[in-house]
Amino acid sequence: MLETLKHPWPWYVAGALIGLTVPYLLLVGNKTFGISSSLRHLCAACMPGKVPFFHYDWKKEVWNLFFVGGIALGAFIGATLLADPNPVVLAEPTKAYLAEKGITDTSRMLPSELFSWSTLFSLKGLVFFVLGGFLVGFGTRYAGGCTSGHAIMGLSSLQWPSLVATVMFMVGGILMTWFILPHLLTL
Amino acid sequence: MQHEIPHAPTPAEAQDLQVRELDALCVNESALKHPWWYNLKYSAWGVLFGIVFVKAEIISWFRIQEMFRFESFHMYGVIGTAVMVGMLSVFLIRRTKARTIYGEEIHIPTKEFNRGQLFGGLMFGLGWAITGACPGPLFAQVGAGFGAVIVTFLSAWAGTYVYGVIREKLPH
Repeated sequence: MLETLKHPWPWYVAGALIGLTVPYLLLVGNKTFGISSSLRHLCAACMPGKVPFFHYDWKKEVWNLFFVGGIALGAFIGATLLADPNPVVLAEPTKAYLAEKGITDTSRMLPSELFSWSTLFSLKGLVFFVLGGFLVGFGTRYAGGCTSGHAIMGLSSLQWPSLVATVMFMVGGILMTWFILPHLLTL
Repeated sequence: MQHEIPHAPTPAEAQDLQVRELDALCVNESALKHPWWYNLKYSAWGVLFGIVFVKAEIISWFRIQEMFRFESFHMYGVIGTAVMVGMLSVFLIRRTKARTIYGEEIHIPTKEFNRGQLFGGLMFGLGWAITGACPGPLFAQVGAGFGAVIVTFLSAWAGTYVYGVIREKLPH
Protein backbone atom coordinates (compact mmCIF):
# COMPACT_ATOMS: atom_id res chain seq x y z
CA MET A 1 0.00 0.00 0.00
CA LEU A 2 2.66 2.47 1.12
CA GLU A 3 4.76 1.44 -1.88
CA THR A 4 1.89 2.27 -4.24
CA LEU A 5 1.43 5.66 -2.59
CA LYS A 6 5.10 6.45 -3.06
CA HIS A 7 4.91 6.16 -6.83
CA PRO A 8 3.82 9.30 -8.70
CA TRP A 9 0.02 9.52 -8.62
CA PRO A 10 -1.90 9.45 -11.90
CA TRP A 11 -3.63 12.58 -13.16
CA TYR A 12 -7.16 11.27 -12.68
CA VAL A 13 -6.60 10.58 -8.97
CA ALA A 14 -5.06 14.01 -8.41
CA GLY A 15 -7.68 15.75 -10.54
CA ALA A 16 -10.57 14.08 -8.73
CA LEU A 17 -9.20 14.92 -5.28
CA ILE A 18 -8.54 18.53 -6.27
CA GLY A 19 -12.02 18.79 -7.76
CA LEU A 20 -13.55 17.45 -4.53
CA THR A 21 -12.07 20.43 -2.71
CA VAL A 22 -14.89 22.50 -4.20
CA PRO A 23 -17.78 20.63 -2.53
CA TYR A 24 -15.76 19.95 0.62
CA LEU A 25 -15.21 23.65 1.29
CA LEU A 26 -18.78 24.55 0.39
CA LEU A 27 -20.30 21.83 2.55
CA VAL A 28 -18.17 22.19 5.66
CA GLY A 29 -18.31 25.95 5.85
CA ASN A 30 -19.71 27.79 2.84
CA LYS A 31 -16.21 28.63 1.60
CA THR A 32 -15.36 29.15 -2.04
CA PHE A 33 -12.13 27.54 -3.15
CA GLY A 34 -9.32 29.98 -3.85
CA ILE A 35 -5.69 30.09 -2.83
CA SER A 36 -4.18 33.35 -4.08
CA SER A 37 -6.45 35.33 -1.73
CA SER A 38 -4.30 34.05 1.11
CA LEU A 39 -1.59 36.49 -0.01
CA ARG A 40 -4.04 39.35 0.29
CA HIS A 41 -5.12 38.20 3.75
CA LEU A 42 -1.46 38.14 4.78
CA CYS A 43 -1.15 41.75 3.63
CA ALA A 44 -4.33 42.70 5.50
CA ALA A 45 -3.13 40.94 8.64
CA CYS A 46 0.49 42.05 8.66
CA MET A 47 0.82 45.36 6.87
CA PRO A 48 -2.50 46.98 5.90
CA GLY A 49 -1.00 50.50 6.13
CA LYS A 50 -3.34 53.04 4.61
CA VAL A 51 -4.30 50.82 1.67
CA PRO A 52 -8.11 50.52 1.42
CA PHE A 53 -7.75 47.19 -0.44
CA PHE A 54 -6.27 45.68 2.73
CA HIS A 55 -8.73 47.17 5.18
CA TYR A 56 -11.26 44.51 5.95
CA ASP A 57 -11.91 42.02 8.68
CA TRP A 58 -9.26 39.48 7.65
CA LYS A 59 -10.12 37.30 10.62
CA LYS A 60 -13.28 36.32 8.76
CA GLU A 61 -11.03 34.83 6.06
CA VAL A 62 -8.60 33.15 8.39
CA TRP A 63 -9.80 29.70 7.28
CA ASN A 64 -7.88 30.36 4.05
CA LEU A 65 -4.61 30.68 5.98
CA PHE A 66 -5.33 27.44 7.85
CA PHE A 67 -5.89 25.83 4.45
CA VAL A 68 -2.60 26.99 2.92
CA GLY A 69 -0.77 26.08 6.13
CA GLY A 70 -2.17 22.58 5.64
CA ILE A 71 -0.92 22.55 2.05
CA ALA A 72 2.65 23.28 3.19
CA LEU A 73 2.44 20.56 5.85
CA GLY A 74 0.94 18.06 3.39
CA ALA A 75 3.71 18.82 0.91
CA PHE A 76 6.25 18.14 3.65
CA ILE A 77 4.65 14.74 4.30
CA GLY A 78 4.53 14.01 0.57
CA ALA A 79 8.19 14.86 0.18
CA THR A 80 9.39 12.89 3.22
CA LEU A 81 7.21 9.95 4.29
CA LEU A 82 5.86 9.36 0.79
CA ALA A 83 8.93 10.46 -1.13
CA ASP A 84 9.65 8.79 -4.45
CA PRO A 85 13.41 8.29 -4.76
CA ASN A 86 13.32 8.19 -8.57
CA PRO A 87 13.94 11.23 -10.75
CA VAL A 88 11.03 13.02 -12.45
CA VAL A 89 10.09 11.22 -15.66
CA LEU A 90 9.90 13.85 -18.36
CA ALA A 91 8.43 13.76 -21.84
CA GLU A 92 11.31 13.13 -24.25
CA PRO A 93 10.93 16.33 -26.32
CA THR A 94 10.82 18.46 -23.17
CA LYS A 95 13.87 16.67 -21.82
CA ALA A 96 15.82 17.19 -25.03
CA TYR A 97 14.88 20.86 -25.23
CA LEU A 98 15.83 21.55 -21.62
CA ALA A 99 19.12 19.68 -21.99
CA GLU A 100 19.92 21.96 -24.91
CA LYS A 101 19.36 24.88 -22.51
CA GLY A 102 21.66 23.34 -19.91
CA ILE A 103 18.96 21.96 -17.63
CA THR A 104 19.61 18.31 -16.97
CA ASP A 105 19.07 17.77 -13.26
CA THR A 106 15.72 16.01 -12.97
CA SER A 107 16.53 14.41 -9.62
CA ARG A 108 14.11 16.74 -7.82
CA MET A 109 10.94 18.48 -8.88
CA LEU A 110 12.61 21.81 -9.47
CA PRO A 111 15.81 21.94 -11.53
CA SER A 112 18.78 22.79 -9.32
CA GLU A 113 20.24 24.80 -12.22
CA LEU A 114 17.49 27.37 -11.67
CA PHE A 115 16.08 27.05 -8.18
CA SER A 116 18.79 26.78 -5.59
CA TRP A 117 20.37 29.09 -3.06
CA SER A 118 23.44 29.43 -5.27
CA THR A 119 21.48 30.87 -8.22
CA LEU A 120 19.50 33.18 -5.96
CA PHE A 121 22.06 35.96 -5.99
CA SER A 122 22.56 36.07 -9.74
CA LEU A 123 20.70 37.63 -12.64
CA LYS A 124 19.00 34.28 -13.19
CA GLY A 125 17.90 34.22 -9.57
CA LEU A 126 16.50 37.70 -9.85
CA VAL A 127 14.36 36.61 -12.81
CA PHE A 128 13.27 33.15 -11.65
CA PHE A 129 12.60 33.98 -8.01
CA VAL A 130 11.91 37.67 -7.73
CA LEU A 131 10.37 38.66 -11.07
CA GLY A 132 8.48 35.36 -11.41
CA GLY A 133 7.10 35.54 -7.89
CA PHE A 134 6.12 39.17 -8.29
CA LEU A 135 4.18 38.45 -11.49
CA VAL A 136 2.35 35.60 -9.75
CA GLY A 137 1.38 37.72 -6.73
CA PHE A 138 0.48 40.84 -8.68
CA GLY A 139 -1.18 39.07 -11.59
CA THR A 140 -3.39 36.75 -9.56
CA ARG A 141 -4.78 39.60 -7.49
CA TYR A 142 -5.27 41.81 -10.53
CA ALA A 143 -7.09 38.94 -12.22
CA GLY A 144 -9.04 38.24 -9.04
CA GLY A 145 -7.95 34.65 -8.66
CA CYS A 146 -5.52 31.95 -9.72
CA THR A 147 -5.77 28.43 -11.08
CA SER A 148 -7.86 27.40 -8.08
CA GLY A 149 -10.13 30.43 -7.81
CA HIS A 150 -10.73 30.93 -11.51
CA ALA A 151 -9.83 27.77 -13.43
CA ILE A 152 -11.32 25.34 -10.91
CA MET A 153 -13.84 27.17 -8.70
CA GLY A 154 -14.87 29.72 -11.33
CA LEU A 155 -15.29 27.24 -14.18
CA SER A 156 -17.04 24.76 -11.86
CA SER A 157 -19.66 27.37 -11.06
CA LEU A 158 -19.94 28.32 -14.76
CA GLN A 159 -18.73 31.91 -14.49
CA TRP A 160 -17.58 33.20 -17.84
CA PRO A 161 -15.19 35.87 -16.45
CA SER A 162 -13.25 32.95 -14.98
CA LEU A 163 -13.02 31.37 -18.41
CA VAL A 164 -11.57 34.64 -19.72
CA ALA A 165 -9.03 34.65 -16.89
CA THR A 166 -8.13 30.98 -17.47
CA VAL A 167 -7.57 31.58 -21.18
CA MET A 168 -5.32 34.53 -20.33
CA PHE A 169 -3.32 32.38 -17.86
CA MET A 170 -2.66 29.96 -20.71
CA VAL A 171 -1.83 32.72 -23.19
CA GLY A 172 0.66 34.24 -20.73
CA GLY A 173 2.23 30.86 -19.98
CA ILE A 174 2.54 29.95 -23.65
CA LEU A 175 4.05 33.32 -24.60
CA MET A 176 6.56 33.03 -21.78
CA THR A 177 7.47 29.42 -22.51
CA TRP A 178 7.87 29.74 -26.26
CA PHE A 179 9.18 33.27 -26.75
CA ILE A 180 10.76 34.65 -23.58
CA LEU A 181 11.91 31.71 -21.48
CA PRO A 182 14.35 30.38 -24.12
CA HIS A 183 16.32 33.61 -23.58
CA LEU A 184 15.94 33.65 -19.82
CA LEU A 185 17.19 30.08 -19.48
CA THR A 186 20.53 31.02 -20.95
CA LEU A 187 21.07 34.17 -18.89
CA MET B 1 -28.39 20.38 13.95
CA GLN B 2 -30.45 23.57 13.92
CA HIS B 3 -28.74 26.93 13.98
CA GLU B 4 -29.91 30.48 14.40
CA ILE B 5 -30.69 32.24 11.13
CA PRO B 6 -28.07 35.02 10.89
CA HIS B 7 -29.15 38.59 11.43
CA ALA B 8 -29.27 41.02 8.53
CA PRO B 9 -25.80 42.56 7.98
CA THR B 10 -25.21 45.97 9.54
CA PRO B 11 -23.98 48.73 7.17
CA ALA B 12 -20.44 48.33 8.52
CA GLU B 13 -20.52 44.57 7.91
CA ALA B 14 -21.94 45.04 4.44
CA GLN B 15 -19.15 47.44 3.57
CA ASP B 16 -16.54 45.09 4.93
CA LEU B 17 -17.93 42.31 2.77
CA GLN B 18 -17.82 44.59 -0.25
CA VAL B 19 -14.12 45.33 0.31
CA ARG B 20 -13.31 41.65 0.69
CA GLU B 21 -15.23 40.78 -2.46
CA LEU B 22 -13.03 43.10 -4.53
CA ASP B 23 -10.94 41.06 -6.91
CA ALA B 24 -11.69 37.81 -5.15
CA LEU B 25 -13.85 34.81 -5.71
CA CYS B 26 -13.04 33.69 -2.29
CA VAL B 27 -14.93 35.37 0.53
CA ASN B 28 -16.41 33.95 3.63
CA GLU B 29 -19.67 35.34 4.82
CA SER B 30 -20.72 32.59 7.15
CA ALA B 31 -22.53 34.28 10.02
CA LEU B 32 -21.51 31.53 12.41
CA LYS B 33 -18.93 32.36 15.02
CA HIS B 34 -16.82 29.37 15.84
CA PRO B 35 -13.76 28.89 18.01
CA TRP B 36 -10.49 28.98 16.07
CA TRP B 37 -9.95 25.24 16.07
CA TYR B 38 -12.97 24.77 13.80
CA ASN B 39 -10.59 25.99 11.13
CA LEU B 40 -8.55 22.82 11.48
CA LYS B 41 -10.97 21.08 9.13
CA TYR B 42 -9.56 23.34 6.41
CA SER B 43 -6.02 22.50 7.46
CA ALA B 44 -6.90 18.81 7.28
CA TRP B 45 -8.05 19.11 3.68
CA GLY B 46 -5.04 21.31 2.99
CA VAL B 47 -2.77 18.48 4.16
CA LEU B 48 -4.41 16.07 1.72
CA PHE B 49 -4.18 18.73 -0.97
CA GLY B 50 -0.47 19.28 -0.29
CA ILE B 51 0.21 15.55 -0.52
CA VAL B 52 -1.63 15.41 -3.85
CA PHE B 53 0.37 18.37 -5.15
CA VAL B 54 3.64 16.62 -4.40
CA LYS B 55 2.67 13.09 -5.37
CA ALA B 56 1.11 14.07 -8.71
CA GLU B 57 4.15 16.32 -9.31
CA ILE B 58 1.94 19.37 -9.76
CA ILE B 59 4.57 21.38 -7.90
CA SER B 60 7.18 20.39 -10.45
CA TRP B 61 8.57 23.11 -12.69
CA PHE B 62 9.17 20.39 -15.28
CA ARG B 63 5.50 19.42 -15.44
CA ILE B 64 4.48 23.03 -16.04
CA GLN B 65 7.07 23.30 -18.84
CA GLU B 66 5.65 20.13 -20.41
CA MET B 67 2.16 21.58 -20.19
CA PHE B 68 2.99 24.88 -21.84
CA ARG B 69 5.07 23.10 -24.48
CA PHE B 70 2.12 20.75 -25.19
CA GLU B 71 4.38 17.77 -24.69
CA SER B 72 2.50 15.98 -21.97
CA PHE B 73 -1.14 15.39 -21.11
CA HIS B 74 -0.54 15.14 -17.36
CA MET B 75 -1.43 18.68 -16.22
CA TYR B 76 -4.32 18.97 -18.66
CA GLY B 77 -5.65 15.72 -17.22
CA VAL B 78 -5.31 17.00 -13.65
CA ILE B 79 -6.98 20.36 -14.28
CA GLY B 80 -9.60 18.92 -16.63
CA THR B 81 -10.63 16.22 -14.15
CA ALA B 82 -10.70 18.75 -11.30
CA VAL B 83 -12.99 21.04 -13.29
CA MET B 84 -15.30 18.16 -14.25
CA VAL B 85 -15.57 16.93 -10.66
CA GLY B 86 -16.03 20.49 -9.37
CA MET B 87 -18.68 21.25 -11.97
CA LEU B 88 -20.65 18.12 -11.20
CA SER B 89 -20.43 18.89 -7.48
CA VAL B 90 -21.67 22.45 -7.86
CA PHE B 91 -24.47 21.22 -10.12
CA LEU B 92 -25.55 18.65 -7.53
CA ILE B 93 -25.29 21.14 -4.66
CA ARG B 94 -27.45 23.63 -6.57
CA ARG B 95 -29.91 20.99 -7.73
CA THR B 96 -30.42 19.46 -4.28
CA LYS B 97 -30.23 22.85 -2.54
CA ALA B 98 -27.75 21.18 -0.19
CA ARG B 99 -26.85 23.04 2.97
CA THR B 100 -23.60 23.14 4.90
CA ILE B 101 -23.04 20.75 7.78
CA TYR B 102 -24.16 23.61 10.05
CA GLY B 103 -27.42 24.07 8.14
CA GLU B 104 -26.50 27.28 6.33
CA GLU B 105 -27.64 27.93 2.80
CA ILE B 106 -24.75 27.54 0.35
CA HIS B 107 -23.79 30.72 -1.43
CA ILE B 108 -21.37 31.05 -4.36
CA PRO B 109 -20.49 34.68 -5.14
CA THR B 110 -20.85 35.79 -8.75
CA LYS B 111 -17.73 37.01 -10.48
CA GLU B 112 -18.07 40.28 -12.36
CA PHE B 113 -16.02 40.75 -15.48
CA ASN B 114 -13.39 43.47 -15.45
CA ARG B 115 -10.29 44.09 -17.54
CA GLY B 116 -8.15 42.90 -14.64
CA GLN B 117 -8.95 39.37 -15.73
CA LEU B 118 -7.27 40.13 -19.05
CA PHE B 119 -4.20 42.04 -17.90
CA GLY B 120 -3.76 40.33 -14.56
CA GLY B 121 -4.44 36.93 -16.10
CA LEU B 122 -1.73 37.52 -18.67
CA MET B 123 0.75 38.64 -16.00
CA PHE B 124 0.03 35.62 -13.85
CA GLY B 125 0.46 33.33 -16.86
CA LEU B 126 3.88 34.83 -17.57
CA GLY B 127 4.89 34.34 -13.94
CA TRP B 128 3.47 30.82 -13.80
CA ALA B 129 5.70 29.67 -16.65
CA ILE B 130 8.77 31.22 -15.00
CA THR B 131 8.30 29.91 -11.46
CA GLY B 132 6.47 26.72 -12.40
CA ALA B 133 4.10 27.50 -9.56
CA CYS B 134 0.72 29.03 -9.09
CA PRO B 135 0.04 30.19 -5.53
CA GLY B 136 -1.01 26.76 -4.18
CA PRO B 137 2.11 24.92 -5.38
CA LEU B 138 4.18 27.83 -4.10
CA PHE B 139 3.20 26.95 -0.53
CA ALA B 140 3.73 23.29 -1.37
CA GLN B 141 7.21 23.83 -2.87
CA VAL B 142 8.33 25.54 0.33
CA GLY B 143 6.77 22.78 2.43
CA ALA B 144 8.42 20.10 0.31
CA GLY B 145 11.80 21.50 1.27
CA PHE B 146 12.71 23.85 -1.56
CA GLY B 147 13.90 26.47 0.87
CA ALA B 148 15.00 29.06 -1.67
CA VAL B 149 11.43 29.24 -2.98
CA ILE B 150 10.66 31.28 0.15
CA VAL B 151 12.08 34.16 -1.87
CA THR B 152 9.53 33.51 -4.66
CA PHE B 153 6.82 33.41 -2.03
CA LEU B 154 7.93 36.69 -0.45
CA SER B 155 8.08 38.26 -3.88
CA ALA B 156 4.54 37.06 -4.66
CA TRP B 157 3.41 38.52 -1.36
CA ALA B 158 5.08 41.82 -2.31
CA GLY B 159 3.39 41.65 -5.73
CA THR B 160 -0.02 41.39 -4.09
CA TYR B 161 0.88 44.28 -1.81
CA VAL B 162 2.00 46.52 -4.67
CA TYR B 163 -1.20 45.67 -6.54
CA GLY B 164 -3.22 46.78 -3.50
CA VAL B 165 -1.33 50.05 -3.35
CA ILE B 166 -1.71 50.99 -7.02
CA ARG B 167 -5.03 49.31 -7.86
CA GLU B 168 -6.91 52.63 -8.13
CA LYS B 169 -4.58 53.67 -10.94
CA LEU B 170 -4.90 50.44 -12.94
CA PRO B 171 -7.47 49.84 -15.69
CA HIS B 172 -10.24 47.57 -14.45
